[in-house]
Amino acid sequence: MKITRSMVLVSSDPLSLQRGSLEIYRRFQEKLESYQLAEEVALSTITDVGNTEASPVVVIYPEAVIYGPVQPENVDRLVSEHLYKGHIVEEMLVPKRHLPSRMAWLQSRKGSLPAQQRILLARVGKIDPENIEDYILHDGYQALAKALSKMTPQQVIEEISKSGLQGRGGAGFPTGRKWSFVASAPGNKRYVICNADESEPGTFKDRVLLESDPHAILEAMIIAGYAIHAQEGYIYIRGEYELSQKRFLKAIEQAHEYGFLGKNILGSNFDFEVHLHSGAGAYVCGEETALIESIEGKRGEPRSRPPYPTTHGLWGQPTLVNNVETLANVPPILLHGAEWYRRFGTPSSPGTKVFTILGNVNATGVIEAPMGITLREVINIYAQGMKNGAAFKLAQTGGSSGSLIPASLQDTPLDFDSPRKAGVSLGSGALLICDDNTCVVDLVKVLLRFFRFESCGKCTPCRIGTQRCYETIRAITEGGGQLSDLDGLLRLAEQMERLSNCGLGQTAAVPIRDMLKHFRTEVEAHIRLGICPTGICRMVPEDETAELIENQMV
Amino acid sequence: MKDQSTKDLPIAAIVEAAIEKHGTNYDAFIPILLEVNKAVGYIPLHALKEIRLRVRAPEDGIFVNEGRLYSLSSFYHMLSTKPRGRHVVIFCESAPCHVVGGRQVWQALKENLGLKAGETSEDGKWSLVTTSCLGTCGVGPVVVVDDEIYGNVTPEQVPEILARYE
Repeated sequence: MKITRSMVLVSSDPLSLQRGSLEIYRRFQEKLESYQLAEEVALSTITDVGNTEASPVVVIYPEAVIYGPVQPENVDRLVSEHLYKGHIVEEMLVPKRHLPSRMAWLQSRKGSLPAQQRILLARVGKIDPENIEDYILHDGYQALAKALSKMTPQQVIEEISKSGLQGRGGAGFPTGRKWSFVASAPGNKRYVICNADESEPGTFKDRVLLESDPHAILEAMIIAGYAIHAQEGYIYIRGEYELSQKRFLKAIEQAHEYGFLGKNILGSNFDFEVHLHSGAGAYVCGEETALIESIEGKRGEPRSRPPYPTTHGLWGQPTLVNNVETLANVPPILLHGAEWYRRFGTPSSPGTKVFTILGNVNATGVIEAPMGITLREVINIYAQGMKNGAAFKLAQTGGSSGSLIPASLQDTPLDFDSPRKAGVSLGSGALLICDDNTCVVDLVKVLLRFFRFESCGKCTPCRIGTQRCYETIRAITEGGGQLSDLDGLLRLAEQMERLSNCGLGQTAAVPIRDMLKHFRTEVEAHIRLGICPTGICRMVPEDETAELIENQMV
Repeated sequence: MKDQSTKDLPIAAIVEAAIEKHGTNYDAFIPILLEVNKAVGYIPLHALKEIRLRVRAPEDGIFVNEGRLYSLSSFYHMLSTKPRGRHVVIFCESAPCHVVGGRQVWQALKENLGLKAGETSEDGKWSLVTTSCLGTCGVGPVVVVDDEIYGNVTPEQVPEILARYE
C-alpha cells in the first residue's frame, strides 16, 4: 500500500496557468522522481485558490505552507529543501498581504504538524485509564488545583472566554459565554451536565476520550462546577458505551478517595458530586433538553425553548450542558493559559478538533488536528488515500446531520467559521469519505431512514416530514420517482428546517438540500432515465421497508 | 412462548434489587428498567406493576403509573417490550457501515437466520434487530451478537459468526 507523507498542490486557475504553472507541475514530477520521493509525496493541482498576486502558488501539506509566486526554476530548491530535508524555505513563502482571504487561514497554522498538537488526546494510550495516579503523574488534577487555589470562579470563566473555546458538540457556541450565562442565572441550585450521549453516526471521539482518559473529563466537570457555583454534576453516557461507563464510575470512585470529589475539595470549601446516568438508546437524547428530560426519568422529548437550560434546566434550575470534547479542552486551557491555546487552530476557531475518519479509505480511526485542516489533507495524508485507488466522490461531515461535501469543495477548511460560509458544516467531527461507487440517493435514503427512526415524534414537521422525505427518496431509488418530487422535497426540507422543535428535524433537511445542490444530475438520472449511474439502487420496488416500520418501534 | 420463559424468573426480586441500587426518585426509573431488561431480556408487563407498587410514594411527591413506565419502555431502543430470543443479533444500519458493504452483510444475516428485522425465531434462539450507530464505525460493517462486537464483517463470515452460538 502506498503511504503518502506529504502532498504538493500546484495552483492551476487561469491566472496561474498563464504564468506557467503547468511547467511547475511538470518539474515537480521530474524532481520527485529523481529524488525518489514520488512514492511518498502526492502531487496534485488545485483550482480553487482565489485571485492572488502571488500566483502561481504551491501548497505543501501537512505543514500547510504556501509558497509563491513560484517560478519553474524554484522547484528544485523546494523539493530538495522542503520535501527532502524537511526545512521550510522561509524567503519563498507568500507574504500574508498577498493572500486572498480564503487562503489566509492556511497561513495561520503554518509550520505546525498535527502530530505535535495533541492536546485532548495527549494522554490517550499512554496512561492507564483506571489508575488515577498515572493521571496525576501526567499533569492530572493540576488545573483543578490551580483553579481552586489561585483563581476565583469569575477568573476561570474569563480565561475560558479568552481562549475562544467553542462547543464541540456541533453547534460551536462559545463556551465561556455559556458558562457566564449559567453563573449569573438566578436559582438556588445549579447543575453541570456532561453530554456523553454520542450517537451521531460515525462519531466516536467521546468514547475514545472516556475510555482512555476519564479523569480528564471528570476534572473538567469539577472545574466547571466551581466556575458556575454548582454542587452537583451529571454525566449522561449513552447506554451502548458500557466500557466508558465502567471506567467513568471507577474514576469517580478514585477521585473521591483522593479528595478531588466530595466535601471541601482540596481544602477550598468547595463541594462537588458527580452522578453517572446511563442512556437507554435514543439518538434524540443528544439534544440538551431531551437529555435533561431523560435524566428526570421521562421520554427523551426535547422541550420548547426558550427558556434555555442555562436558566431552566435540570429540575428547573440553571444548568450547564457541555459536550465531552468541549470539557476535555478546559484543563489544558487553565493549565497553560488562553494565550497558549489560541496558538492552535485558526483565529476564529482556536484549538484542535478530534476527527473520526471513516468510509472507503485505507486508514480509518481518530485523529486530533488543528481547526482548519482540509478534506484533501485528511484523505491523502491521514487516511492514506482512497481504498483500491478509487476516486473520491463526496464526504459527509458531522454525522447524519452534517453536510455532503462534493470533491470540488475538498479544499474548504474545516473549522466552525468557514464551513458555514461555504455551506458545509463541521458538526461532530465525523468524516465519512465515500468513493465513486457510492450512490448519493442511496446514501441520503439511509440517512433519512435514520432520522425517521430516531424522530421522537413530539412535533409534527419532524415526525411526518422525515417519513415523507424517506418515502419520496425511496421511491426514486426504486424507479418510481417524478421530477416534481424534487421540488416537493425542497419544500418539505424548508418546512422541516423552519418548523421543527429541535435540531433533529432541522438538520434532517441538510442532506436533502446538499444532494440536490451538488448532485442534481445524478438524482435526475434516476428519474429521467430510470437508471442508477453507480448501479447501487436496484430501481425495482423492495419490500424491506414495511418490516422496518413494523418492528423497530417496539 | 410469551410468558413461559419469564415464569421461573423472580421478577419481584429483580425489581427489588434494582430499586435497592437506584432508589425511587424520578431519575431512577430508566436505570431500573434497564436492569430489568438486562436480567429478563425484555420488560414484562407485570414487572411494571412490581415497580409501580414499590415506587409509589406520594409523601415524597413522587408518583408513577404503569402507563408512564410502559411509555418509557417503548421509547428507548435498549428497552424491549417484547420477549427476545436467547441471542440477539444487532446490525448497525447507519451510513458509515452502509457505504463500506453493510447492505450485503444485512442480506446475509437475513438469509442465514431466516428472519426479518425485529423478528424472533420460532425456537426462541435468535432475534434480529437493527440499531443506529454504535460508535465502532472505524471497523464497519459492525454486527453485535449479545455483548460481542464483530467488526469488518463480510457476508462470507456471517455463518461462521452465527455458528459460535448455541
